[in-house]
Amino acid sequence: MVSRHSSDTPIPLWRDERFIRWGLQTLVLAVVIGVMGIMVVNMNRNLQQLGRQFDYTFLKNQSGFNIGEHILPYSPDDTYGWALWVGYVNTLRLILVGFVATTGVGILAGIASFSDNWLIRRLNLIYVEIVRNTPLLLQLFFWYLVVFFGLSDGSGVRRLAGIVYISKKGLYLPWPANTVSTWVAIVSVFLLAFIAYYIWRWNLRQMEQFGRPSGIPRLLLWGIGAIALLLLSVGLNWSFPFLSNDKLIIGGVRISLEYAAMLSGLTFYTGAFIAEIVRAGIQSVSKGQWEAARSLGLKTSAAMRLVVLPQALRVIIPSLNGQYMHLAKNSSLALAIGYPDIIATGQTTQNQTGRAVEIVLLWAVTYLTMNLLISLVMNRLNQSVQIQER
Amino acid sequence: MVHHHSNPSPLTDMSQLFFLVWLRKNLFNSWINTILTILLGTLLFNSLLKFGHWAGNFAKWEVIPQNLPLYFVGRFPPGEYWRLWLFLSLLMLMTGLTWGVLTRLSKGYLFNPTVLCGLALAVLTISIWPFIGDQPLLIRLQLSGLIVLLSVTAQISYWCGHPSFPWGQRLTLGWVVIFLIGLWLIMGGLGLPAISSIAWGGVLLTALMSLVSSILSFPFGILLALGRQSSLPVIRGLSTLYIELVRGMPLITILFVGLIMVPLFLPSGWRLDVVFRAILGLTLFVSAYLAETIRGGLQAIPKGQFEAANSLGLNTPLTLGLIILPQALKISIPAIVGLFISLLQDTTLVSIVGLFDLLGISRSILANPIFIGRHAEVYLFIGVLYWLLCYLMSQGSRYLEKQLRSHP
Repeated sequence: MVSRHSSDTPIPLWRDERFIRWGLQTLVLAVVIGVMGIMVVNMNRNLQQLGRQFDYTFLKNQSGFNIGEHILPYSPDDTYGWALWVGYVNTLRLILVGFVATTGVGILAGIASFSDNWLIRRLNLIYVEIVRNTPLLLQLFFWYLVVFFGLSDGSGVRRLAGIVYISKKGLYLPWPANTVSTWVAIVSVFLLAFIAYYIWRWNLRQMEQFGRPSGIPRLLLWGIGAIALLLLSVGLNWSFPFLSNDKLIIGGVRISLEYAAMLSGLTFYTGAFIAEIVRAGIQSVSKGQWEAARSLGLKTSAAMRLVVLPQALRVIIPSLNGQYMHLAKNSSLALAIGYPDIIATGQTTQNQTGRAVEIVLLWAVTYLTMNLLISLVMNRLNQSVQIQER
Repeated sequence: MVHHHSNPSPLTDMSQLFFLVWLRKNLFNSWINTILTILLGTLLFNSLLKFGHWAGNFAKWEVIPQNLPLYFVGRFPPGEYWRLWLFLSLLMLMTGLTWGVLTRLSKGYLFNPTVLCGLALAVLTISIWPFIGDQPLLIRLQLSGLIVLLSVTAQISYWCGHPSFPWGQRLTLGWVVIFLIGLWLIMGGLGLPAISSIAWGGVLLTALMSLVSSILSFPFGILLALGRQSSLPVIRGLSTLYIELVRGMPLITILFVGLIMVPLFLPSGWRLDVVFRAILGLTLFVSAYLAETIRGGLQAIPKGQFEAANSLGLNTPLTLGLIILPQALKISIPAIVGLFISLLQDTTLVSIVGLFDLLGISRSILANPIFIGRHAEVYLFIGVLYWLLCYLMSQGSRYLEKQLRSHP
């Protein structure tokens, strides 16, 4: 663009950059508003022809449909609004447990790719290649219809690995009983973890100051670990499922096969991607960092923990954010399996009331806020691991 | 540790020694690794044994050969199969031509061991696969003919592919023509009897939907990426809003937008075919991701390129079209192919909304009382198909990337 003309003739309007900038923006805005306006007008007319209008009053009506599993109290007499809320809580239950599980699987598989054991490296590679090159929906069907329904084959009850039962109704796992001592144990384990963390930090500072760790904290940490393990195994009042005489399973906790399939599918699918992120993160730390750490006298494990991992985390955490968001969005495939999440309950609501636009908007707002929250939390986490610059 | 054979030869002794050293180094180098190896090895061996037992004794594999046409073309009328065969031959012709020319240009070998292995495997599969139908021999011959066609065209174009000829534009034009002919053959019209979209299914529908929506998403993706980088606040804001909205929502909700809400947005009396509404949904979805991918490429272009183009007197559209975009797109090819591979996988979601893509048609086969409960067999088979498609795509992109790097 010629901004300053040499001759005296004024720049014609269609070549004036200011005019082009504003003209283009006005044009684009007008087109977008125009198209959306036409769409809204059409929608209103079409809805009127169907005898409906856009509003959310239907949320107060009685739903009349059943929801297979729910944590919150729910019955078909409740309203559509409450049904959707129950579905949303089911989504959250899936996503939050999924985050923890997939992080575990991903880190484990990511570290396994550095193992010096050939078999582990091969198996890890096969896992990642299979999972990343087949559709998630197919994997979910596989988990649900082949793995879990295959395990629960027949109409009876089957015992797996001694302590787990499976039937068409669900998977029965050992679970802490809801007693006072359980909660006391949980709180004390958390307290112990805090104490251990501060001892570890203090020990680290000692190392930085005097060049060697003080011997006592190591023993102390082992002691704390042993106490925590004891509390977890005895204090939690584990309730084991068992088969009663009239062929009923008593005790433990029941997880529906739909939930189990969704959780395993999402966990192993996202885990394969997280494994690659972890691998790339550790590889991104230059070799010199390892060598420098080793030449300072740190053992391999200490070099990994104190030098390499903090630097790798800077690369890993921003990408993890994307994977968590993918997991949250992919949880919507629960609709295909029959796990009653927000999409499935919304779909039923929409089939019964015909409120497509309202439900789609509700879904959009739900997922957008969810992803926004994930981003906020992950950004805070990211800030805490970045280099503190002056 | 060298064990002696009945007829010991120095060579086997040496290789055996190397094998043992390798075992010691890679599987049993510490006590923890030894335990892990033994544990995992037993587990693996047991699972393979169990799988083999199931596959040989309990699995009923006839669900696959008996429904083979369904998996590949859905309910496409058998009387019109010749169109698909014709299209496949044209596709093989064009692939062979491109492959031969590109290999010649990069001075590579046409039939390297990997390619030969792949071709041999394909021929082997064709010759032992249990085709069910009137003329299994004819199908075998037709499929082998396609492979021969591919190899022969590749070899001929390798011999004739003179570097001085402007191959690049001709090949691109050829692919566009093939694509249009393919659409015509599949949809019908213009002299051929039309085939309704309900009849499309299986691999045909999966490939069609992912291909068409990836092509359609290209212009949108580029415009959105440029819009997001633009210095004009309104355009930047609108592009960012669209990209973030779409990326924040699951694909299934966007498919619902395409399937349920688009008919409401259209003037009354207008109808859009359900397959095209699904393609619209996929396009809306993938454009936002494509925009972010291309934006990554745009950000990698140094500012000097803009300044150099400006100082040559190019205006903004010309700078973008001639200087910036070609470079940015070339950088983003691996990421774009990755995106299209996940698009191919994401097309499975249309089976939730009632279309018969590869996964959808499998579910309708499984709903047939004759084949009830044969989930494992069917899902394993289509899993292998998806895996092959994705694998071929990623290999193709790696090949293309290599060619582009050596021949800018």
